[in-house]
Amino acid sequence: MTYESNESVTGTALDSIEIRNLPLESLKAWLKTMQLIRVFELSCESLALNSRVVSAVHSSAGQEAVAVGSIAALEPHDLVIGPHRTHHHAMAKGMTARQLMAELFGRSTGCAEGRGGTMHLRDVAHGYLGGNGIVGASVGIGLGTALASKIRGNDQVTIAYVGDGGLNTGRIWEAINLAQVWQVPLIVICENNLYAVETATAQLTGGNSIIGRAFGFGITAESIDGQDVGAVYRSTRAARQRAVNGQGPTFIEARTYRYEGHQSGQKITYRSQEELELWKSTKDPIERLKVALIRENLLSDAEFESIVTSAAEEVRDAIQFAEESPWPEFDTAYTDVTKIDLKMRQNP
Amino acid sequence: MTNPTYSQAFAQGVSEEMRRDPSIFIMGTDMTERGGSFAQLVGVGQEFGSERVRDTPISEAAMVAAGVGAAMNGMRPIVDMSFVDFSLSAMDEIANQLAKMRYMLRVPMPVVIRATSGIALYGMQHNNSLETWFAHMPGLLVAMPSSPADVKGMIKTALRGDDPVVFLMHKRLGGRRGEVGDEETLVPFGRANLVRSGHDVTIVAYSEMVARALEAAKLLAEEGIEVEVIDLRTLMPLDLETIETSVQRTRRLVIVGESPRFLGIGSEIAAAIQETLFRELAAPIQRVGAPHVPIPASPPLYQAMSPQVADIARAVRKAMTS
Repeated sequence: MTYESNESVTGTALDSIEIRNLPLESLKAWLKTMQLIRVFELSCESLALNSRVVSAVHSSAGQEAVAVGSIAALEPHDLVIGPHRTHHHAMAKGMTARQLMAELFGRSTGCAEGRGGTMHLRDVAHGYLGGNGIVGASVGIGLGTALASKIRGNDQVTIAYVGDGGLNTGRIWEAINLAQVWQVPLIVICENNLYAVETATAQLTGGNSIIGRAFGFGITAESIDGQDVGAVYRSTRAARQRAVNGQGPTFIEARTYRYEGHQSGQKITYRSQEELELWKSTKDPIERLKVALIRENLLSDAEFESIVTSAAEEVRDAIQFAEESPWPEFDTAYTDVTKIDLKMRQNP
Repeated sequence: MTNPTYSQAFAQGVSEEMRRDPSIFIMGTDMTERGGSFAQLVGVGQEFGSERVRDTPISEAAMVAAGVGAAMNGMRPIVDMSFVDFSLSAMDEIANQLAKMRYMLRVPMPVVIRATSGIALYGMQHNNSLETWFAHMPGLLVAMPSSPADVKGMIKTALRGDDPVVFLMHKRLGGRRGEVGDEETLVPFGRANLVRSGHDVTIVAYSEMVARALEAAKLLAEEGIEVEVIDLRTLMPLDLETIETSVQRTRRLVIVGESPRFLGIGSEIAAAIQETLFRELAAPIQRVGAPHVPIPASPPLYQAMSPQVADIARAVRKAMTS
């Protein structure tokens, strides 16, 4: 069985990317954010195994370009709905490493004051309207936020991220159908990292094509190299322009790769070390942007070293901040169940 | 409109609120032209147009999810599920998304899930009574109006509130007429309605069971038993205080629900009342509910599944003699 998304990874040299048509003044900031996400995510593995991060987390290491490139294409008032693997979206939309790490530590200073954890991050002020613990749920919610934008007639768009695993839930196609019927300003970005938990998506996907399914709904759709931050930016920017022009939703399959297991602490037996190394050596999104920036004389080796150092420092600081932060007060667990008082009676 | 039907009262309440609040909109099947399968929104599409009264495909999960997302982004959607049974296709969206979103994001979540419930025709897949399922899920309110006045007053409360409300309208009440309140008459949630006073025994009921309880009360009055009838109006919040005040006087309690008796609302109320009034009770609390079977299609069979006046009267007599 061949799988079209896998076919692009060939050769041994780093695949170069085109950056000249990108907003050059922003590219160093993109690189910084991608590096920060990378270091943050890689740090979580041992923190989770030591239970300092309170549960296993879903690492987005390797998938940084999808979040950073697409969110760079948004305006600040646009909205983002994340799935379960969503640290990178939150950080790309403006959440700090401190807020995120403290949340993973279950502390009161976390982005959701410790009630949310890794899958229920919150940063409403930046338009990041939550991750979601249920695979496939994000697209329907994005349909709704985009519908609200359409009814109000403003120029706000929503990105809903979903994984390749989510593409085999029925409900995302209910939502994509309705998004197309109603022509709402929604961009669905499928981060196809090739594995649904621990099973190759190719083994689970009838028709063997994610993008082919999207075409079936008449929605504008394209499949792109998700390890090329510029490609992600350009596709999302074009999709955003169509959305605000009233030309409806777009479906983007971003072919990407997750460097770690489905969640921290898991032994990877279902894919080869060679496959991982091939993705890292030919497609690594940070390396590709760095090389392109150096090629265009927009970045020096010294500057890159300083980006690496400051990312490491920021994550160290975030860990310390989280460690020193207080646990949430018990009372906070009882707030915001509903607005009205339910007058529930307690245990004797 | 004088004395509208239960269905017309809903349309009236929704229309009045849509005129005053542009963030309210409706999603449902056969909605814009027809006004829904139960005539619950007749004329609303004609007044407000297809942008605010939206036809949907039969995609319950997407409909509820769209409601959740729209509310996250400042709207007040009404998602019409037609039969409540169809909400089972959207149960993750209702129980795991809608019910949790305020807790997750600290944003208002004013979504109305309107559905028709109760036991009537069409058999086992169109007659589930899910009210206690919803009430069991932290984050959801459950409204079950018994009259046109309550339908109108309660949908207004739902649409001016900030919480998700599962708004269940009874199949057998759709054509029932009654007076309704004016534009500013709101029926608050969590406050039960004393619909008949009596000093011998208290019946607690909701939705269409209220009418049957009142009929039973009339029958029992001829036998010299004076029955007090309380209409819960909302299962969540549950107004235990009104029940306690009544039972302190009558010392006898019968609870009537149309969902399966096992783990029905009667189980919760009976448990709560014995916690506070155990020594004041003159008799064991009686519960009346549906038997633990799917609902069959043939009229004599399905009617036997729904608590009848005679069933309620029998439970009251038991509460009086034991």
